[in-house]
Amino acid sequence: MTQPAPSAQHNGSDKGALAAPSDTPPPKTGGRGPALGLRLDVRILSLLGVLAVLILVGGVTEPDAFLDSGNLQLILTQASVIGVVTVGMTFVIISGGIDLSVGAMVALASVWATTVATQEYGFAGIAFTAVIVGLVAGLVNGVLIAYGRLVPFIATLAMLASARGLALQITDGKTQIVTVDSVLDLGLPDSYILGIPPLVIMFAVVTVIGWLVLNRTTFGRRTVAVGGNAEAARLAGIDVRRQRLYLYLLSGLCCGIAAFMLIVLAGSGQNTNGNLYELDAIAAAIIGGTLLSGGRGTIVGSVLGVLIFTTITNIFALNNLQTDVQQIAKGAIIVAAVLVQGRGMRGRET
Amino acid sequence: MPETSRRGLLFGTAAVSAGAFLTACTSNEPKKTESAANSAPAGDEPGKAVTIGFAGPQADHGWLNAINVNAKSRAETYSDVTLETTEGSNDTAAQIGQVKTLINKKVDVLVVLPADGKALTQVGLEAMKAGIPVVNLDRVFASPQAYRCWVGGDNYGMGLNAGHYIGERLKDKRNAKVVELAGIDNLELTKQRSQGFADALKNYSNIKLVARQAADFTVESGQAKMAQLLQAQKQFDALWNHDDDQGVGALRAIEQAGRDEFIMVGGAGAKSAMDAIKADDSVLKATVLYPPTMAASAIDLARALGQSKGVSGLAEMEIPTSLTLYSAVVTKDNIDQYLPTGFN
Repeated sequence: MTQPAPSAQHNGSDKGALAAPSDTPPPKTGGRGPALGLRLDVRILSLLGVLAVLILVGGVTEPDAFLDSGNLQLILTQASVIGVVTVGMTFVIISGGIDLSVGAMVALASVWATTVATQEYGFAGIAFTAVIVGLVAGLVNGVLIAYGRLVPFIATLAMLASARGLALQITDGKTQIVTVDSVLDLGLPDSYILGIPPLVIMFAVVTVIGWLVLNRTTFGRRTVAVGGNAEAARLAGIDVRRQRLYLYLLSGLCCGIAAFMLIVLAGSGQNTNGNLYELDAIAAAIIGGTLLSGGRGTIVGSVLGVLIFTTITNIFALNNLQTDVQQIAKGAIIVAAVLVQGRGMRGRET
Repeated sequence: MPETSRRGLLFGTAAVSAGAFLTACTSNEPKKTESAANSAPAGDEPGKAVTIGFAGPQADHGWLNAINVNAKSRAETYSDVTLETTEGSNDTAAQIGQVKTLINKKVDVLVVLPADGKALTQVGLEAMKAGIPVVNLDRVFASPQAYRCWVGGDNYGMGLNAGHYIGERLKDKRNAKVVELAGIDNLELTKQRSQGFADALKNYSNIKLVARQAADFTVESGQAKMAQLLQAQKQFDALWNHDDDQGVGALRAIEQAGRDEFIMVGGAGAKSAMDAIKADDSVLKATVLYPPTMAASAIDLARALGQSKGVSGLAEMEIPTSLTLYSAVVTKDNIDQYLPTGFN
């Protein structure tokens, strides 16, 4: 019943635990902290409600396959790669931007990091290349948007096309199989720590860091400010351009990390990797309560959004539903989740 | 000030060295493996010079890449063939334009692998009307008037042969369970493969298809869908995976789940799958071919058309209008014969 709940509650209690000490110095965060916290809790509670309903459905329809620790590992592992991408995407959307190039950046980083030449440098070479390629692609996005004054939609759409093209050029359409054992072993049960796959740990670490950066640093506050009202943020002395540059750099970094995780998971690099990640990440962030127009959003919400998507996919597969039914049901569930959430919010506000 | 410049210097140096490292890392040094198609066409004297126009889709998948390689290397083996290739495209409008360009160049014969067979019918008709015979490769045009000869694979037969192989392996097992990892469900070819597979399994009353999930021909999707299938089915006896590219991911998921109680049969005939079958150290015991050598055969047929010859070995004066290739089952026993046709 409560299988995936630990992780969800973990986030929740994390938040509570970390929120408590910071509330003690009232002058600084007192004005905004509690109000914001209360509002977000309603959103997150409704997300947890959706997740609970899904777990119920999974548990009732496929009790044997759904309710065991192996399936919890599976859901969290499948959520980890797109989860890391979504954390970066959440920052970008909160700032009022959009990054359509995440899937392409993951593809480019994953194939660049698995070429024959890179694999000669072993584990470090693959990890380093994946992260740096992600960073550089993010940097290009950031410079174009912040200093080239391109609309984020256009700049990242251009990156989507170019990065996919470059990935295709590098692979020549071939599947690049990883032969470095240390990388491959990281995805196998022998390297699970206390039953937790390393990929899930990486996902958790990125989530916690993302949460801290967004909620407990100047950088996070500036991100929200830029998304809320860029002009006001500028007048308040925030270097809006540099902030935007850093945000796309951050998204690129997340894609680089995700690419490395995908290499570990799939044991290969392919130019088709990261297919439609941009849509999945945006959808998860929106379901998680991030405002597409910017200025509001939470990491916990986005992560719950990812977990909801992954759990849906998992339940569909365990019940052996076919693609057509899966797609119809997925669309319906997205609408239902957002409606439920909107209702919770309205109830709170009136 | 001095601090910032030192930091700048540090970042600058790091950036430059990272850049140098990365550019060195794009190399994939293609290990030149001779394609099977190169095993020269036996005893064929050079004839009249023929210019063949070749238009294929974008090679974003191992099999499609192999199609291009096979066509090009086959053409090179003939001293009397000049190959005019276009840049591959998945965009119907772009491909129509490319074929029209080839028509305007007045090539002698056209070989077309359409991104979408139905959508390219019109331009096939146009070429035929202009007196240029068209060899339609694999994805068939909507009208037989649009091509002189069709050569392609047999998707239904792929499923059929995979089903028969699994059926024979499991025929003495009671209540045998079979799982299917299909390809992109939106494609007709996936439906045909699944139909063939289901039809073959009907011959074996002891076998039941217990689960089927569709991946999308990518390693990533293969890993994800296979992991779910393994979670859903705690025990089964055989798995058919439609495509060896997604099979790389499926094998990874099987390794991650630590499962080995079943046999796996692949599809298409990738080199990595054939290597695994030969090594015989995984669940993968066989793969059903969808041979990319068909592109080499298409070049042969186009050359024969250009030189107004028949196909040697047949009594016919003209080449056939349709050639459906057999989807052979490659196992450890016959692997050496097929290994050279495996694609990356």
